Amino acid sequence: MSFVTFVVRHRIRCLVATVGIFAVIFSRTAKTFKHSSANKMEWLESFWSTYNTLVLSVGTNVLLALSIYLTLSCGLLTVANAAFMGLGAYTAALLTLNTQMPLWIAALAGALVAAAVAAAMGRPTLRLSGVYLAMATLAFGEVVRILILNTEQFTGGALGLNAIPQLTQWYDVAAAVALALYLLLGLARSRVGRTMAAIAQDETATELMGLNVRTYKLFAFVAGAALAGVAGALNAHFTFFISPGEYGFERGVEILAMGVLGGTASPWGAVIGAVLLTLLPELLRGLGHYRPLINGAILILIILYSPKGLWDLLRLGARAPKAAA
Amino acid sequence: MLKLTAITKKFGGLQVLDDVSLTVPECAIFGLIGPNGAGKTTVFNLITGMLVADSGTIELASARLDALAPYQITRRGVARTFQNIRIFKDMTLLDNVLVALGDHPSYNAFSIVLPLRRYRQAQRREQERAREFLSRVGLADKAQLLAETLSYGEQRRLEIARALATGPKLLLLDEPAAGMNSVEKLQLMDDITKLGEGGLTILIIEHDMRFIMGLCQQIAVLNFGKLIANGTPDEIRSSTAVIEAYLGQDNEAGGELGGVQA
Repeated sequence: MSFVTFVVRHRIRCLVATVGIFAVIFSRTAKTFKHSSANKMEWLESFWSTYNTLVLSVGTNVLLALSIYLTLSCGLLTVANAAFMGLGAYTAALLTLNTQMPLWIAALAGALVAAAVAAAMGRPTLRLSGVYLAMATLAFGEVVRILILNTEQFTGGALGLNAIPQLTQWYDVAAAVALALYLLLGLARSRVGRTMAAIAQDETATELMGLNVRTYKLFAFVAGAALAGVAGALNAHFTFFISPGEYGFERGVEILAMGVLGGTASPWGAVIGAVLLTLLPELLRGLGHYRPLINGAILILIILYSPKGLWDLLRLGARAPKAAA
Repeated sequence: MLKLTAITKKFGGLQVLDDVSLTVPECAIFGLIGPNGAGKTTVFNLITGMLVADSGTIELASARLDALAPYQITRRGVARTFQNIRIFKDMTLLDNVLVALGDHPSYNAFSIVLPLRRYRQAQRREQERAREFLSRVGLADKAQLLAETLSYGEQRRLEIARALATGPKLLLLDEPAAGMNSVEKLQLMDDITKLGEGGLTILIIEHDMRFIMGLCQQIAVLNFGKLIANGTPDEIRSSTAVIEAYLGQDNEAGGELGGVQA
């Protein structure tokens, strides 16, 4: 029995085991775990102070993965999401820094700016497909980064923006993730989601079903940009500091990797991909210098054994008993 | 119903269609035949807007089609199937047909935020309609299967069901019988005849002569982008131009055999 079939057959147990391993690792690293209730609170506090950035990063990464899920599920390979994240982050941070605006309104403004830019650039670029679209969005991402770098009077240029108020709480991120998941799961079940899946499979055939393919693609692109904008805004308000370098090519590829790793068949795929790619480097921390090596090896194995993403693997496992019956 | 006037189309230096004029009357089953490479599928691609003609006009019920986008043409009532099957293979049969049912007015974006009862009812009605289209081609019992699991003949029938779901007045079938055995072909002829009786205008490209002669009231013949004959099956069968196109002509300079042109 291969490792994969084992995981598929015992997926619930694997899930529980993973959670268990997490708990052990966290408790070991926290080192202060004792059995008295007072110390439990202490443990929680110490855990939170060590890992709050990580937990919040998981949340914002889930949002980013969902943002690229939207375009990937439409068959569009775009890598501009890091740039839209940057637009959201800078818009929101500038608003809270200069006007003491509440976080949620600033995040909404960030989403709107990202969406507006996406709508403007989407019209011409979404005529492209495949690698050409990837190239165009890649170039756009660089334009945004360099634009932020060179408008020093507003954005602080290469020095970035400092002392951004730390307004993002865990419940802000949790609420944003829950809302985004709820909407995208509803979308996936709706006619719009079905049409997007059809476009991913055969664009020409979908168009000849009387559906305006370009409108659907633009919708996916703009909605994805808005989501990335929200993620950027939330992220900027707990990292204290942002600079243009954070929203460059590497970030774009990282977001793409989360989306592809999890799989594009369902929003849950994006969630799995984001959680895994954010936590994996932390879980492998004990490996020291070998960490990036093992990290990469695990990703390669997953892509090799489940090219349609992890979600597909779990889904196939769920379907297998039915096929046997 | 469908009227092509002086259609010309070139691919680079190759004249694919040369001054083709064709009228398909309403409620007819109309055949379009010709040797390979004659330009038959190009005619379909032009009608559905996948290609744009160099010159000439295309009208459906006196309204111009040639300036419209493919999805607009479908909405005006033209549906097609493809020579190389283009179903959505990773979807269920039901989803394949549901995609084609078109934008439903009874629910909107808000329904995704809050799926109220009316939305769920509309979804159920849509699924019932989709099942009806599947049962028309005898695939209702396989509605929940993935389309890729179907046999070749079934995939072709699914494609027809999907085309019907767009609500066409004119149905274009591109080699619907290709790859079917003789039993499936007879079944398909029966299905197409019923569709024609139901008031649909049907234009068929097909190489199987028994199929096309048995089904069509009128047949047009294309050869090297030119319309060389147009008439009833009996007229086509006895036309010397058609026989020459398919079997070649003696003593012609170059001695070309239309039938083997790629």
